[in-house]
Amino acid sequence: MQLIPLLIILPLGAAFFISLAGKNRDKLCDIFSIVITFSLFALSLFFVFNAKNSATPLIYKVGGWGLPGGIILVLDGLSVFMLAVINFIAFIINIFSIDYMKKFTDKYKFYTLFMLMLGGMNGVVITGDIFNLFVFYEVASIASYALVAFGTEKEELEASMKYTVMGVVGSLFILLGIAFLYAYTSTLNMAEIASLLAQNGINSAAIFVSVLFLVGFGIKSAIVPFHAWLPDAHPAAPAPISAMLSGIFIKSLGVYTLCRIFYNVFGASSTLTHLFMFLGALSIIVGGVLALGQSDIKRLLGYSSISQVGYMILGFGIGSPLAIAGALLHLVNHSVFKSLLFLNAGSLEYATGTRNLEQLGGLRTKMPVTSATSLAASMSISGIPPFAGFFSKLLIIAACIKSGYIGYGIIAIIGAIFTISYILKFQKYTFFGQLKEMNKNIREVPILMRIPMIILALICVFGALLILPKAADTFLRPAEESLSKGTTYADLASQVSYEK
Amino acid sequence: MLTYFLCLVLFCVGFYAILRKRNIIKIIIGIVICEYAINLFLILFAYRMNGRSPLYSPNQGITNMVDPLPQALAMTAIVISLATTALLVGIAIRIYEKYGTFDITKINRLKG
Repeated sequence: MQLIPLLIILPLGAAFFISLAGKNRDKLCDIFSIVITFSLFALSLFFVFNAKNSATPLIYKVGGWGLPGGIILVLDGLSVFMLAVINFIAFIINIFSIDYMKKFTDKYKFYTLFMLMLGGMNGVVITGDIFNLFVFYEVASIASYALVAFGTEKEELEASMKYTVMGVVGSLFILLGIAFLYAYTSTLNMAEIASLLAQNGINSAAIFVSVLFLVGFGIKSAIVPFHAWLPDAHPAAPAPISAMLSGIFIKSLGVYTLCRIFYNVFGASSTLTHLFMFLGALSIIVGGVLALGQSDIKRLLGYSSISQVGYMILGFGIGSPLAIAGALLHLVNHSVFKSLLFLNAGSLEYATGTRNLEQLGGLRTKMPVTSATSLAASMSISGIPPFAGFFSKLLIIAACIKSGYIGYGIIAIIGAIFTISYILKFQKYTFFGQLKEMNKNIREVPILMRIPMIILALICVFGALLILPKAADTFLRPAEESLSKGTTYADLASQVSYEK
Repeated sequence: MLTYFLCLVLFCVGFYAILRKRNIIKIIIGIVICEYAINLFLILFAYRMNGRSPLYSPNQGITNMVDPLPQALAMTAIVISLATTALLVGIAIRIYEKYGTFDITKINRLKG
């Protein structure tokens, strides 16, 4: 498959081109970045159908070098699934940022960093080499640190500092883990590491490395003991970046890497799955409780993200095919509705100039599109049937009960009640109630900001169609299978050995 | 064995600075020390006793070479740490412009 490297080359090349040629040419940057993100989205859809038709994962050997020593790019079910989600949301958010980013100076720098972040995320998802994963992880992370500080006001800088220090400590742990893993197995290819670990068994070295990885990737996925950066970083970033961070960044760099490493490379032990379930349940409750007390819209949504990531981790922890399918479906749904909610928050800030819930109210008539789309997203996130969010939560809770973890099922239900409460708070204080005097003259946001919100809202309504057998076979089942097959990922190593 | 232990001590010194210091610049120095410790660790475990440099020449067998791969990893890690350090210092300078201090206990506008 000669097209696979394009997924990394296109965004990285675009970042390079925009940083060189984009200064004071905002129109050019807009059009160019839209073309790039759209072609990435088309490419990822192409790979979804291609990967379904081929029996083995699609593989590209960088520079023609196989193992040992060469870097391979792997597209299996989980990778193409993540790619489709990432590139779709990035395309939608790119449309939104054309008008939204007009109030900032140096738009071309925004696009440069945006493309770097996108390239890093695509790279993390498709690489089959653990050090290569670390490099792309750092590319995406550094771009996100800079994007959080993009406003360069007091809050933004403080949030970015906090986020950067936590993120760097996380990546130090990951690098240390990779060093130990290489010292133990003498290879960096994830498939080979998996087969060597399966031969030698899990001993104390492997356990130490898993703890390092759990801390490192846990910081990026913001599961509860490591979540402190998220509620600061998400409100500080510009709205499209909040949507990127919450919608796909914490999933591709956090949840995806955790699943890939612990299910496919180390193999899920019962200690680990119990730890996942515990951390997931903890995130659901803590995120939900803290979200209730917030008065800043984006901060509320940030805590809500922690809570919803908890559902995914809980689902992956249970580990039955039903639970994994539920967690993956929740991943798609969450990336759609949480991006939409952050875009709504951005529109509110664009129109009224504030994110404080107490200064808003009664905007339903003034901003009909924002209000209607955010209602769709709110219905979906709180799990009202027939919106998409209902089915993913139902699958996770049903899987809890089916596998005999009644307690965790009850926690998930309590978490859903918390979700409804804070979303009702958000809706009541912004769109319902009395219109404030100072908000008399606001207008609906421009058309280019309305279109992405409408598209995402339509997906919130019709997203449940993903669980129909035909759609699930193309999209959901290959991803679920590549996780539940576990360490058979190691079989890849035999396919790419060095040929000369 | 002693070198590995000293490497651990170096890591702990850096980690102590990240966790306990209140000055942003000292935190950044702590991060840099931690990165050095990990790079040192990469080089240490690649070393073979009395090993020679990993250069291949036709009249020498591939025996007793040090492992070249961790050296390449250390190079990449140094480049990445350069980027993060530059970014951190840049943010620290902007913070000093806005707040007039490097003390993290006085930079506390974000709460909850």
